[in-house]
Amino acid sequence: MLTSVIVAVTGAVAWSTAHAGPLEDAALQAAIDGLGSSADDKITESVTKLGALDDPRAIPALDALGDERLRLGADGHAYVWDSKTRDLRNAVTGQVVTPEPRPLKEVEVSNEIRRVADPVMAQLKLGSPDTAVRLAAAKELSNGGDAQAPVLLHRALEREHDGKVREALTLAIARVDLSSADPNARLGALEVIRKSGDDDFLSTLQQMLSPGDNGQPREPDAQVRAAAARARDGIVSHQRMVGFAGDLLHGLSLASVLLFAALGLAITFGLLGVINMAHGEMLMLGAYATYTVQTIMHGSRFYLFVAIPVAFLATALVGVLLERTIIRHLYKRPLETLLATWGISLGLIQVVRTVFGAQNVSVANPDWLSGGLEIAHGLVLPWARIAVVGFVVVVSAAVWFVLQRSRFGLEVRAVTQNRAMAASIGIPTKRVDALVFGLGSGIAGLGGVALSQLGNVGPELGQSYIIDSFMVVVLGGVGRLAGAVAAALGLGVVNKLIEPLAGAVAGKIVVLVFIILFIQRRPQGLFAIKGRVEA
Amino acid sequence: MERLREMHSPRAWMFLGVAALLIVVVAPLVAPVYMVPLLGKFLCFGIAALAMDLVWGYAGILSLGHALFFAMGGYGMGMYLMRSIAGEGVYRSELPDFMVFLDWKTLPWYWHGFQSFPFAAVMSLAAPGILAFVFGWFMFRSRIRGVYLSIVTQALTYAATLFFFQNAAGFGGNNGLTDFKRLLGASLHDPGTRKTLYVASAIALFGTYLLCRFVVTSRLGRVVTAVRDAELKSRFCGYNSTNYKLFIWTLSAVLCALAGALYVPQVGIINPSEMQPSNSIEMAIWVAVGGRATLFGAVLGAWLVNGGKSWLTAALPSAWLYVLGALFVAVTLFLPDGLVGLSARIKAKLVARANAKNTTSARTVPSTPTEASVASAAVAAHPPAPPPT
Amino acid sequence: MSALPVIPMQDPQDDRPTPISHLPIPEGAKPSLALWVENLSVSFDGFKALTDVTLTLEKGELRCLIGPNGAGKTTLMDCITGKTRPDSGAVYLENRLTDLTRLSEVRIAQLGIGRKFQRPTVFQGHSVYENCELALKGNKGVFHTLFARLTAAERTRIDEILELIGLKDHAKRQAGLLAHGQKQWLEIGMLLAQSPSVLLVDEPIAGMTHAETERTAELLRSLAGDHTVVVVEHDMEFVRSIAKKVTVLHQGKVLADGPMAQIQRDPRVIEVYLGD
Repeated sequence: MLTSVIVAVTGAVAWSTAHAGPLEDAALQAAIDGLGSSADDKITESVTKLGALDDPRAIPALDALGDERLRLGADGHAYVWDSKTRDLRNAVTGQVVTPEPRPLKEVEVSNEIRRVADPVMAQLKLGSPDTAVRLAAAKELSNGGDAQAPVLLHRALEREHDGKVREALTLAIARVDLSSADPNARLGALEVIRKSGDDDFLSTLQQMLSPGDNGQPREPDAQVRAAAARARDGIVSHQRMVGFAGDLLHGLSLASVLLFAALGLAITFGLLGVINMAHGEMLMLGAYATYTVQTIMHGSRFYLFVAIPVAFLATALVGVLLERTIIRHLYKRPLETLLATWGISLGLIQVVRTVFGAQNVSVANPDWLSGGLEIAHGLVLPWARIAVVGFVVVVSAAVWFVLQRSRFGLEVRAVTQNRAMAASIGIPTKRVDALVFGLGSGIAGLGGVALSQLGNVGPELGQSYIIDSFMVVVLGGVGRLAGAVAAALGLGVVNKLIEPLAGAVAGKIVVLVFIILFIQRRPQGLFAIKGRVEA
Repeated sequence: MERLREMHSPRAWMFLGVAALLIVVVAPLVAPVYMVPLLGKFLCFGIAALAMDLVWGYAGILSLGHALFFAMGGYGMGMYLMRSIAGEGVYRSELPDFMVFLDWKTLPWYWHGFQSFPFAAVMSLAAPGILAFVFGWFMFRSRIRGVYLSIVTQALTYAATLFFFQNAAGFGGNNGLTDFKRLLGASLHDPGTRKTLYVASAIALFGTYLLCRFVVTSRLGRVVTAVRDAELKSRFCGYNSTNYKLFIWTLSAVLCALAGALYVPQVGIINPSEMQPSNSIEMAIWVAVGGRATLFGAVLGAWLVNGGKSWLTAALPSAWLYVLGALFVAVTLFLPDGLVGLSARIKAKLVARANAKNTTSARTVPSTPTEASVASAAVAAHPPAPPPT
Repeated sequence: MSALPVIPMQDPQDDRPTPISHLPIPEGAKPSLALWVENLSVSFDGFKALTDVTLTLEKGELRCLIGPNGAGKTTLMDCITGKTRPDSGAVYLENRLTDLTRLSEVRIAQLGIGRKFQRPTVFQGHSVYENCELALKGNKGVFHTLFARLTAAERTRIDEILELIGLKDHAKRQAGLLAHGQKQWLEIGMLLAQSPSVLLVDEPIAGMTHAETERTAELLRSLAGDHTVVVVEHDMEFVRSIAKKVTVLHQGKVLADGPMAQIQRDPRVIEVYLGD
């Protein structure tokens, strides 16, 4: 019995708030129509009435009023002109009105009207059923110097349930309180601000502490000044942490791309002793393959799932082709291989320039990868970067699995350790060579897919990564997966952490110097096998 | 003297003399004025090629960063040329235009002294030399060799390129240094100055050639090639291979810087793109085309490749990169000894055919140590046994 | 055959610092020792190549070092010549009391330890004559070699060596074109040119004819006395023909050490290795 009563009451309340009755509808429409009046004071009167009605459905009409998109129809009703679709719409329902009640009269707006309308808009927005609208309104009010703002904000805060909006409202109130005459109110506001870590307040805080026209700090109360200083320091350190975390993720995603490039290189160099200067171009080809797939699939949100295998196969094929035609003639001559593959890279870049043009192309992230994860105020971790890190983990695990647990991997390891022996027990070493080269190139191609999601793609894309991936291989020790991972991580992260402090160039130089010094102590890299050094 | 005979047979000395006459004396007299700086450029490339042959052909160190030393030599000279026109730039300031543009008020400390030609000349060679020495000391000491070494040199030059591209570095950023007017009082556009620069480059080329020839025919030269072919063995023979490599490396860097310093007044500009890794790799291909460890072949290769480049970039610009790429592949696959090696092999085949009756090996047994080293060099470029890494 | 006088090397530029150890003379060290290997231990990635190897070489001795494959003979030579750093132990050189294990292979070579490798390693691209020139004892510093010219005495010396190793007619021939046996001889010649006080010879007669083996045995015997010679070999005939004292290595340890006759009768050695 009690349950059904509660249900009924809740239902009634819910219904009444959600669906205003016909009486309210009429009043709403009348007030909106009043906005189209030719007399300014009539308009302001209607605006005030809309404020009293407190119905968020009036927002589009008020919005249109401010943009001068409100039209008074011949039937005496006010309509909204949608500039995007070039339609006339009903102010309340938003539906397109046909036929248009011509002639339409434009409603002009004066500053006086705006001064009245803006706070009403804010108030209505604060009461909108849409969370995003409320949030935006709260933020907007936080910046404004509106006298009525405190009342609105407090009222909205009482009604508000959503955590994010509450936070925005609290901050807005705090900003208003900063200019309050009461020092305690100011202190309270500063505490809120300090906790938030929001750097929007930095300039205001700085102003409070810096001298005004009379030479004294603008903030008269010493206690408040101290609190302001604490708040400012709190914000600065928060921002620093946020920046650091952002850089860390950036470094991780950079490390992921490096790892893609270096993994392939470590495998081919470890097995074949071949340094492939065209390896960077495999990255580039993978990125362009992604671009092509995206273009062909007309930007379908699933294009990535097609692009990944396509990029892998395309670059693996190119790698196998290179190995069969050119590189296998140059084994035992690693320096010449370096030169020959450099020539190949020149050719590849030129081909891409001819086919795709010399300008950069951009590959748009699919919608499920755009945006990011907001962890703290100001810290948004882009989904694309998180996905890249995840992707490289998956691929590295797959590579490890293939090398350590599959028949093919066994053959590869056998040939790496003792080619002659492996050949004599029947392992097709030449085929293994070609396949390994293909695998290494294919992994780099996957790196290109990742790169395409992180930034622009151009013909010289590979060039900027090749040196870094070489460094990773040198640092990590040749042919060692764990070494490559550790080195890529280290280089990527360190690079990105140094960058905000000293610039990208200094970062590269530091890394280079570090590697040279490191090699002094451990010439075999991070994870190499200790053994007899061959004469 | 016997030493001179070790360097060249009398016939070779004669050829050299004739070539010197033609290049140093005759060419500037007969060549059209507009071509003189172009030819001068080629001479500088020849010097750089000799430096590259020294370090790669003879010492086996494939440096992918020599363009850095070339460019540093160029910047040194460029800095002198900029200081010599102080007060005559667009802004009529003591400082070079680009510094005024950046709102700098004083000359950076590392620009001081470059108004003096002797100082600039010395610094153009000393700065890259010192950098090469320090960098090389660390590299060779750590037993980095082979491809690892090449990669590290490439990284060095890449980092340097990034550094010089920055405006804050004070070298003109990506525009570099340009708009030179005078060298030692003489206008750079004056035909007489140009001829003088050409002749200076030609003398430098022959001087470098003789120096290199002296070095490679000395015992040090033989040690260096021994280090290249079998480093561990050379160490067991008591030679500190690190020091030898360091010597050749530093000498080569200084010679490359010399080439750069002579290059810049003739070309009129120096910017960071001159020190890119791709430039160094191109230098390597000059030497590969001509023939490693032949000195003469390196110069030949430099002239041929650059001649082809000048012609193609004018006639069919888009084709040049394809041709260059193909050149890299073709030379490494089919011409490991370069053109000089090819001609030696052809000559040997012809001799073999002429001596068809002989049952002994057709290879002519060389009669002097010099020719032995030439023959050995030709084969050393493609050694029968893989050199130990 | 006369050896050139030993000229002490003064190379200020080492790869690694050279602390001349001012150690007290080790227990039992006699002034007539050429080499003293003390408790040498080396392991590679867990594999114990040498364990507590101790042996002494008298000056002018001709010692043979034998043992099955993998016994550690080459590793021992590597440690003495500085190619491999031991994990523990030391190698002392006569009265200098220098610990060789702290020096670079360059320094050690300059101090008068010469080595001939298992596989003939000569400078393939150089002529036979040049190989000998390069090996010749003398100042091996950079600036010296830049201006160095062979003295008459040095030329004579090289000619003598070429005569001895039978390559006088091939003096200008490129070393890479020599037959395998000739390369062996060239390497021996280079070793002679170095005039080391201690010679370490690793399997000198591999691939040689009987006549050449005889010559090698003769050469080695003649070298002993003025030089200290250690020969690693598998061929027991050869060992018997040259060795006075033999050291047997097995699994990285010294199994037996003594005159040839005694070793031949040692049951442990027979069990492990000889079984002729």
